[in-house]
Amino acid sequence: MKYISEYRDSHLVAQYLEEIRQTVTRTWNIMEVCGGQTHSLVKNGILNLLPPEVQMVHGPGCPVCVTPMNLIDKAVYLAEEKGVILCSFGDMIRVPGSKLSLLEAKARGADVRILYSPLDAVKIAQENLTREVVFFAVGFETTAPANALSVIQAQRSGVQNYSILASHVIVPPAIEAVMNDPDTNIQGFLAAGHVCTIMGIEEYHPLAERYQIPIVVTGFEPVDLVQGILMTVRQLEKGEHRLENQYSRVVRPEGNPEARKIIEQVFKIADREWRGIGTIPLSGYEVRSEYADFDANLKFKVNIEKVPESDKCIAGLVLKGIKKPHDCPEFGRGCTPQMPLGAPMVSSEGACAAYYHFSQALEEVGA
Amino acid sequence: MELQCPMPQLDFEVITLGHGSGGLLTNKLLESGVFDLLKNEFLDEHHDGAIFNLSGPLAFSTDSYVVSPIFFPGGNIGELAINGTVNDLAMCGAIPKYLSLAFILEEGLTMTDFWKILVSIKFAAERAGVQIITGDTKVVERGKGDQIFINTAGIGTLHPHAQIKKSRVQAGDRIIISGNLAAHGIAILSLRQGLQFESEIQSDTTNLNHTVVKLLDQFGEKIHLLHDPTRGGVATVLNEMARDTRLGVEIWQKQLPIEEDVAGACELLGLDPLYVANEGLFMAIVAPEIADDFLAALRKDENGQNAANIGEIVESHPRQVILHSSIGGKRVVNMPLGEQLPRIC
Repeated sequence: MKYISEYRDSHLVAQYLEEIRQTVTRTWNIMEVCGGQTHSLVKNGILNLLPPEVQMVHGPGCPVCVTPMNLIDKAVYLAEEKGVILCSFGDMIRVPGSKLSLLEAKARGADVRILYSPLDAVKIAQENLTREVVFFAVGFETTAPANALSVIQAQRSGVQNYSILASHVIVPPAIEAVMNDPDTNIQGFLAAGHVCTIMGIEEYHPLAERYQIPIVVTGFEPVDLVQGILMTVRQLEKGEHRLENQYSRVVRPEGNPEARKIIEQVFKIADREWRGIGTIPLSGYEVRSEYADFDANLKFKVNIEKVPESDKCIAGLVLKGIKKPHDCPEFGRGCTPQMPLGAPMVSSEGACAAYYHFSQALEEVGA
Repeated sequence: MELQCPMPQLDFEVITLGHGSGGLLTNKLLESGVFDLLKNEFLDEHHDGAIFNLSGPLAFSTDSYVVSPIFFPGGNIGELAINGTVNDLAMCGAIPKYLSLAFILEEGLTMTDFWKILVSIKFAAERAGVQIITGDTKVVERGKGDQIFINTAGIGTLHPHAQIKKSRVQAGDRIIISGNLAAHGIAILSLRQGLQFESEIQSDTTNLNHTVVKLLDQFGEKIHLLHDPTRGGVATVLNEMARDTRLGVEIWQKQLPIEEDVAGACELLGLDPLYVANEGLFMAIVAPEIADDFLAALRKDENGQNAANIGEIVESHPRQVILHSSIGGKRVVNMPLGEQLPRIC
């Protein structure tokens, strides 16, 4: 933990905050792309330490929030009706599908297991040869290499009862979708540090140029976040729009070519539906035809009827930063973490859940 | 260190349905020497219940233990079942005296495992100074249980100076935690399928009654409330207290005692240590004037070496638990929704 504690140094945080205060002259809307950053901003109470001119807008980088409902329905169906062992990362299993979440399916007898690594799912497949094992492969570029590796490993070991239900999304097209929306008010981005450890930073240069916005690749610790915000504010105040790398201790400009090779071996870029936002062209990964045997979408030909999202939920506008969660009439009333209408209220990284907790703090503490 | 007693010679290796039938096989199990471990004058009566004398105000508590896996670093389900109920009584300000002990065994449980659990029950009861005076054993079909479930109920006499009540909590009271957070939950998680990681983190399960008695002897009614933050962790207990007392709670992240290994594991698993279960930990809400002395006394006890003053009861923001983060921010610590689920990234 020695390496981490330096990035939680309260004096350093205070220094950066002071610099932000001295630099800022007007209101700026900065979007942190990644749910992990949202979580850290809220968990460390950073939002109420920032001067009011700096408005942090929570971006679409919550993989749980943008996984289409139809895919959750499919996962539930496979677990309930097809008797598969459905393995998933933890926070995915509470997200509501149109009828059930995976957690509810589990309570009704489905075999749903929480794992930290898809490689464990391959192991489960090897231990349960008479049953099909499906890993719900959700996430951004960060989790893609491990999910791809699980497919490669299953193929190498001749495991035939393993497949993945892939719902991978990628960050740059999401930034484009946010900026292409005529209603957007985003003026700068904190790009997701962990995604860039894999992908590198080169693909963000053209975005900064095209949309004339500063993009700062930022880490997740308090010092990282306030430093990333300061770097963005400095650029904004000077009228600059460059790509900068705050997280250089972890992110190399070229990323991790080995990991990217694994992604490319198993996945190809395809159009992808984002829950609440709609289909974004070339914004996700799907399993290549060479690995079709490991694609749960092809292996189990199930057509689950698409059920429309609750018309009361404004998740799409929230995910693009056009509306704040508390602009929603259902926020905290018809929609709470206990009874969510949409996915952003479920995950701790979702903007609505984050605001739900934080706005209580605002009201009660009088901050 | 694992304490051991030699297992008696038996002509069966696993528990079968018949062992819970009440018939010959049940008798065979009871008389095989297995239960001689727990022998005392009450159990020797072989009657339907125990008859005993206790006078004055009493505390009574019960809890069921279903932990999986049943053996974990630092303990097993047996000692957990004793310590848990002993601690619940201690949190009432009582001196635990007698326990009931009921097993629901799943067909196929090995006698070696059952024996190990019984041995640890024996030693846990001895350490806590309680007697097991009545019990029950049932066996369920394979697949209808998870090896072994245990229920214990306990009764204790109230400490003469104890006045432990939520209604006595007042603004200004200090919140003292007796040791490091989250060890038990992380020790258990480290063994679950799919979560294996190498660690030497041990469960903190232990009996707290002797520690509590000493503190009550010294500080009596200045101790306003005691709580053991088991399931749901410290955050849950603090939220329940804030809700029930209609007062606010403030805690300081910097003061929270947590071992580096455990903090690292929580980080890795995406869990907040405030919500992770503890088994040998308690929280005391004490009058501000004794807080320093209380802390000093607790730190001298074997169960309180890492004790810390983690916060304060306040009048502002009633029913809310606010954490002051180590970098100077504030956030609400909510009641957990259900089991904490690990995050993706």
